[in-house]
Amino acid sequence: MDVMPHDDRSHRDRYRGAPDPEQREFTTTSGEPVRARYTADDLTSAGFDADRDLSVPGEFPFTRGIHPTMYRGRLWTMRMFAGFGSAEETNRRFRFLLEHGETGLSIAFDLPTLYGRDTDDPLSAGEFGKCGVAVSSLADMELLLDGIPLDHVTTSMTINGPAAAIWAMYIATAEKRGIPRAALGGTLQNDILKEFTAQNEYIYPPAASMKLVTDTVEFATREMPRWNSVSVSGYHIREAGATATEELAFTLADGTAYVDAALERGLDIDEFAPRISFFFNCHNDFFEEIAKFRAARRIWAHLMRDRYGAKNPRSWWMRFHTQTAGCSLTAQEPENNIVRTTIQALAGVLGGTQSLHTNSLDEALALPSDWAVRIALRTQQIIAYESGVTNSADPLGGSYLVESMTTEMEQRVRRILDEIDEIGGVLPAIDAGYFQRRIADSSYRYEQAVAARDKIVVGVNALRSDGMAGIPILQMDPEGEERQRERIAQVRRERDQTVWRSSLAALKEAARRDQNLMPYLLRAVKAYATLGEITECLKAVYGEHRPLAIV
Amino acid sequence: MTELVVRFLAGDRRALSRLLSHVENRTETGSIAVRESFTRTGRAHIVGVTGPPGAGKSTITNALIRHFRDGGRTVAVLAVDPSSAITGGAALGDRIRMMENYDDPGVFIRSMATRGQMGGLALAVTGATHLLDAFGFDLVLIETVGVGQDEVDIAEAADTTILLQVPGLGDSIQTIKAGVLEIADILVVNKSDRPDARQLVRDLRNMLLIGDRPGREIPIVETVATEAGGIARLAAEIDRHHAFLVETLRRAERVERRLLREVALLARERFERWLAVQLESSITIEERRALVNRLVDPGTVAGDLVDQMLERRSGDPLPG
Amino acid sequence: MVTTARTRPIRVLVAKPGLDGHDRGAKVMVRALRDAGMEVIYTGLFQTPPMIAHAAADEDVDVVGLSILSGAHNALVPQIVNALRDAGMDDVLVVVGGTIPDADVPRLREAGVAAVFGPGTPLKDAVEYIREHAPVREGAA
Repeated sequence: MDVMPHDDRSHRDRYRGAPDPEQREFTTTSGEPVRARYTADDLTSAGFDADRDLSVPGEFPFTRGIHPTMYRGRLWTMRMFAGFGSAEETNRRFRFLLEHGETGLSIAFDLPTLYGRDTDDPLSAGEFGKCGVAVSSLADMELLLDGIPLDHVTTSMTINGPAAAIWAMYIATAEKRGIPRAALGGTLQNDILKEFTAQNEYIYPPAASMKLVTDTVEFATREMPRWNSVSVSGYHIREAGATATEELAFTLADGTAYVDAALERGLDIDEFAPRISFFFNCHNDFFEEIAKFRAARRIWAHLMRDRYGAKNPRSWWMRFHTQTAGCSLTAQEPENNIVRTTIQALAGVLGGTQSLHTNSLDEALALPSDWAVRIALRTQQIIAYESGVTNSADPLGGSYLVESMTTEMEQRVRRILDEIDEIGGVLPAIDAGYFQRRIADSSYRYEQAVAARDKIVVGVNALRSDGMAGIPILQMDPEGEERQRERIAQVRRERDQTVWRSSLAALKEAARRDQNLMPYLLRAVKAYATLGEITECLKAVYGEHRPLAIV
Repeated sequence: MTELVVRFLAGDRRALSRLLSHVENRTETGSIAVRESFTRTGRAHIVGVTGPPGAGKSTITNALIRHFRDGGRTVAVLAVDPSSAITGGAALGDRIRMMENYDDPGVFIRSMATRGQMGGLALAVTGATHLLDAFGFDLVLIETVGVGQDEVDIAEAADTTILLQVPGLGDSIQTIKAGVLEIADILVVNKSDRPDARQLVRDLRNMLLIGDRPGREIPIVETVATEAGGIARLAAEIDRHHAFLVETLRRAERVERRLLREVALLARERFERWLAVQLESSITIEERRALVNRLVDPGTVAGDLVDQMLERRSGDPLPG
Repeated sequence: MVTTARTRPIRVLVAKPGLDGHDRGAKVMVRALRDAGMEVIYTGLFQTPPMIAHAAADEDVDVVGLSILSGAHNALVPQIVNALRDAGMDDVLVVVGGTIPDADVPRLREAGVAAVFGPGTPLKDAVEYIREHAPVREGAA
């Protein structure tokens, strides 16, 4: 019997309605309509002005990139988010990645650490090392960074609630090795606003949390010129179910909230704005994502120059890190994820990212194995060295489709920013559940589209095969947790009790008096106070956040 | 079946929980449970909390729970949310705000969906209230979204009705439906730390002046529920209202009215069940065909049926 | 309205145990189950086994759905099932959704979980499973 070839119709339950392709509805992953073709007329009707809106790479409004030569001058940083189990295991993974050509470090912490809890906290049971590395004290940080030249490598730390304390541990580790803090380069995610709406890794209530973020911005501005104190993130907002437009709009709004807070603290815009950085998701829809990145740069440039009056061109630059979309990975036919990640990474590069993480093929099931993470890194390297897309800045500039989509994205984003302004800003909007509701609505809409096979996920709701391919899953050291508990116990035993106690007392007092906590945190971590002890100390002053429940 | 009731009477919390389901589902077991425990009811102070979505009802309820618990009183909460008219389902999320009470045996929280049945909600709520009252809870808080007929139903079921308002939810005065203000015994303005709260308080005061409630001035309590601000005063007003009802014998009046209303609803429920069965068996094939062919109208068919049923029951021919 | 053999809606508790803050899937399930005519009580984040068991018992639910994407399922799920038993919830249907590797499924089933919905499970499959397997208890009028 013959096997008949499939056509597109067999994969969809309803073939876009109309028989005439011109009439059929095609939308981006986010649900935005896409036209059959784009011409100069589309640019005109969108109100596009090449001089004003496009310019050239390296020139305001930076739609085409923040540098004139982009990757010809310097490639994006290949920065692979890594962390699992104990400090020793993760240190080995860092070395592996550096040896294989990554150019920057990125640390993933486990859930207890993300919530400011030690490994031996009762609520940490079962959660040790499962989605990142456990760091409960300076001792763990020192082990984690063993053999890593902190004055030659930049490090990004994905930490939010307890960011200031973890950052203090990083700085303390460097200083103990004789490296001055001013020589340290890196990024602290430290974006607490998106925790309240998307990722839920908050500890203290919003006002206290913002105060802590501003402390770090102030400290970095004064003492650490090479450090990005905040990485305003859209990645997690997108992972929670937002559309591309919402991801960008909510992120930009959060960015302005941090800028406002820093200005209120008395910092000068041109002092700190150059070190505000961003972090975006890169999902499947190739052109939508590229348009998103270009619109992002344009909008931020205008905000910085026109709303905030920044004079330093570096203040106008939107610098961002990109991670390929975790939520697009499938457990079915995991090898397909290599292809998805490649397309997404390419979009990030064509979108002009400064730094890139590529997901591994096994991440729908587990943390990446050595083999899988090497493929992910090689993906970036092949794009960088073999594809030719890096030879010229913003290669897609001038495309009717890309410029139309960029402009339309910008317009949609501005409308949302206006809505948020009308509510009174980010904090009132969080209170009112504005972000949470929109994210939950978009998330459900997408799920319904997948269920209706309006959106196809290859291998999942169409083009399926039987059985799962056996791929090696990362195994963690079963002794890791016990070792970690032992280490914490040892730290508690061996530290100078007087110095430790007084450092925590001083921290609490400083918190009560609303002083910048960074010096006190540095002192506490150097006295080997554990993360949990520091968190409890601050909870006693700030309280704990009780979230709204928007389904 | 009755084992469940026996355990409930002995103070078994799991039995209480199961019986609440029975009452909600209008089963025979539920009726038996109410019957067997009715002598123990009448003690609890029943407080209705209603207001628009976003007003902070669950936060207020949780703050009240904490306050009353600190004072040594036990609290049960019925959190009522609307069911979808189309799917019949409901997302019940009020409990989240009150999760900190999970290991306090002096607190019981139950989420209930309206299930879109006329009168059905009222009976489920009154039945549940009786059981919680009989179980020994000092206070029963009934939380509802102030939409439609439900808030009036709840007001009937409660001794004290609290109406919650918040600034900034559109034109506050226009959204306070006429008549809703009539049922409130206490008005609460939550999120009173917002600048536009002052205007809302003023507007509410003016509206109260226009209305006419002899014998008692309706207090307006300002709260910031997230910080437990104003909660002590709200609790005091709740107690004050209870005392007022008892002293002025209004409580006895209200209770009598409420119980009689419950009798009427229960009677109607029973009658409707009987009627449903009758209708099933009473309409003949010929009558159905006649209806469909437009030879006779539904009103005539219904009239004939009811007359027949009543004649059959009483044996006497009907007058006229 | 919903009618199968039941005349009353299925009551489901959807819970997020442990420190896992990814609630996208749980929220989608809540809506999907609601749209399928069920009454869904969502507990929110950071639930301990006793919290889940108390809520399930007081709400007298038919089904408990656990959403776990943190990898902590092997430790948490048995504790939760035991807590449910201790609270007198003997015939409640327990289902788990999230990032559960195939290799861990048998152990979860042994612990008392009726079904595990891994990544990529079609929504309607999970909803249908619950609809078909939720216990029909006396009290269904």
